[in-house]
Amino acid sequence: MTVTEAPAPPASGPPVVHKKSVRRRLVPYWLLLPGILWLVVFFALPLVYQASTSVQTGSLEDGFKVTWHFQTYWDAITEYYPQFLRSLLYAGTATILCLLLGYPLAYLIAFKAGRWRNVLLVLVLAPFFTSFLIRTLAWKTILADGGPVVEVLNTIGFLDVTSWLGMTEGDRVLATPLAVVTGLTYNFLPFMILPLYTSLERIDPRLHEASGDLYAKPSTTFRKVTFPLSMPGVVSGTLLTFIPASGDYVNAELLGSTDTRMVGNVIQSQFLRVLDYPTAAALSFILMAVVLIMVTVYIRRAGTEDLV
Amino acid sequence: MRWIRRNLVVIAGLLTLAYMILPNIVVMVFSFNKPAGRFNYTWQQFSTDAWKDPCGVADMCGSLVLSLQIAFWATVGATVLGSMIAFALVRYRFRARGAINSLIFLPMAMPEVVMAASLLTLFLNLGAQLGFMTILIAHTMFCLSFVVVAVKARVLSMDPRLEEAARDLYAGPVQTFVRVTLPIAAPGIAAGAMLAFALSFDDFIITNFNSGNTVTFPMFVWGSAQRGTPVQINVIGTAMFAIAVLIVVAGQAISNRRKRIAQPK
Repeated sequence: MTVTEAPAPPASGPPVVHKKSVRRRLVPYWLLLPGILWLVVFFALPLVYQASTSVQTGSLEDGFKVTWHFQTYWDAITEYYPQFLRSLLYAGTATILCLLLGYPLAYLIAFKAGRWRNVLLVLVLAPFFTSFLIRTLAWKTILADGGPVVEVLNTIGFLDVTSWLGMTEGDRVLATPLAVVTGLTYNFLPFMILPLYTSLERIDPRLHEASGDLYAKPSTTFRKVTFPLSMPGVVSGTLLTFIPASGDYVNAELLGSTDTRMVGNVIQSQFLRVLDYPTAAALSFILMAVVLIMVTVYIRRAGTEDLV
Repeated sequence: MRWIRRNLVVIAGLLTLAYMILPNIVVMVFSFNKPAGRFNYTWQQFSTDAWKDPCGVADMCGSLVLSLQIAFWATVGATVLGSMIAFALVRYRFRARGAINSLIFLPMAMPEVVMAASLLTLFLNLGAQLGFMTILIAHTMFCLSFVVVAVKARVLSMDPRLEEAARDLYAGPVQTFVRVTLPIAAPGIAAGAMLAFALSFDDFIITNFNSGNTVTFPMFVWGSAQRGTPVQINVIGTAMFAIAVLIVVAGQAISNRRKRIAQPK
């Protein structure tokens, strides 16, 4: 869950010395071997196979052959760039919404909940317990045309704003970008809240008092003390939300329409329905590259190098 | 007005919580619905039929059992392999630590669909029969990293002097490990195992690519979204929620009691 902030291992000098024999020195390697082998064979090797598939040509009947046909990448980009941009846009919007919605709740649990803290944490984790597909289907009921939620949103003029933004059309929410973003935000909120909570909880409350004693307004305290100190949580929360959201196809499929298809939907249908493996492999490589580059740049910018 | 301003954080937080809990409530309420057509999306009439006959839908409970089996074995595999890696990373200095750390971090930093698709190309190229084994292999793979992170966090906070003390008292390496190291690391291992179980049981994307014709519970739910969702799905969802909350509450009660026994007032 938390990709972050395991305290750094003691760097200076080996704390536990195992120099007794060669056999002793091999112990860590024996411990690592099975698990690392598993990851190499079933994580790294598949990526190699996928790379080779992406430059193959052929058909299902005649078989595929590596022909170094890089054109596939170019074709995939020119044909599916709308889905790529849409994925990044939806995932980005969902990430920002998750941060805006998740921060107050994480703050509430960390500083204001008192003896309710554990109850609230259980409620935050509750979504993990019921299968996420069942819960996503529940959104179909909640956002149903003419249902109470849509009625209220329509009455307060919310749907006018979202349709001006191109997120909805008319007085329906289901099968629009808004429905997909709602589902994405909902599904990945716990991945934002938990790292935020962990980093907020570590802040010494006396720092807040000190800031108040120095005549800082509560908003200033938040801006100058709390938020900067919670940055590790913000960084890992946004990553844990954005990365899976960018490749998701469940929300777009269940809550959206053909106009809201994301790149995940394209990869899924190319692989499992159209059976055009080279294009599917190329698409998935482009997605991986885009995400890895964005993540690397973001981590550099945010200045949190020690993520693991 | 001033009251609202002062409690802004509390109000906003509780609203978010409501947003998170709303679907669970809908699932619970609709488990008591008596739908008119194939789909269970609109409220018709109160009924406890589905609760009386939770396995009344063809193949649903079979898929549930299959998911539990896969989750169990994936948890065993990922916990054993992951704990070993975590111990090696924390307790030993050796070359290639950086490379191994990145190899463990990468599966978590990659969209699931990429892993799912690349595993499928591997299995297709090897001519493997898609089914139980391929799902199990895939689940063990993506749960591994999460176990490593959970166990590593716990082992890092362990005092190595406890193990030194055990050795000074002439405990052998095996005895030290079984009597000292393992009990202290146990909460981390348990957390990792629970996480692995939950992740595997609920996984859809990777299973969708690598299951062939095998239908796990999430696959069943996915298929039913097109064919028509039986009310029983909501029953299972509600039951899972209730069981999990009970486990958490029971765990909390036990640890509270232990604390009370440990520090009598």
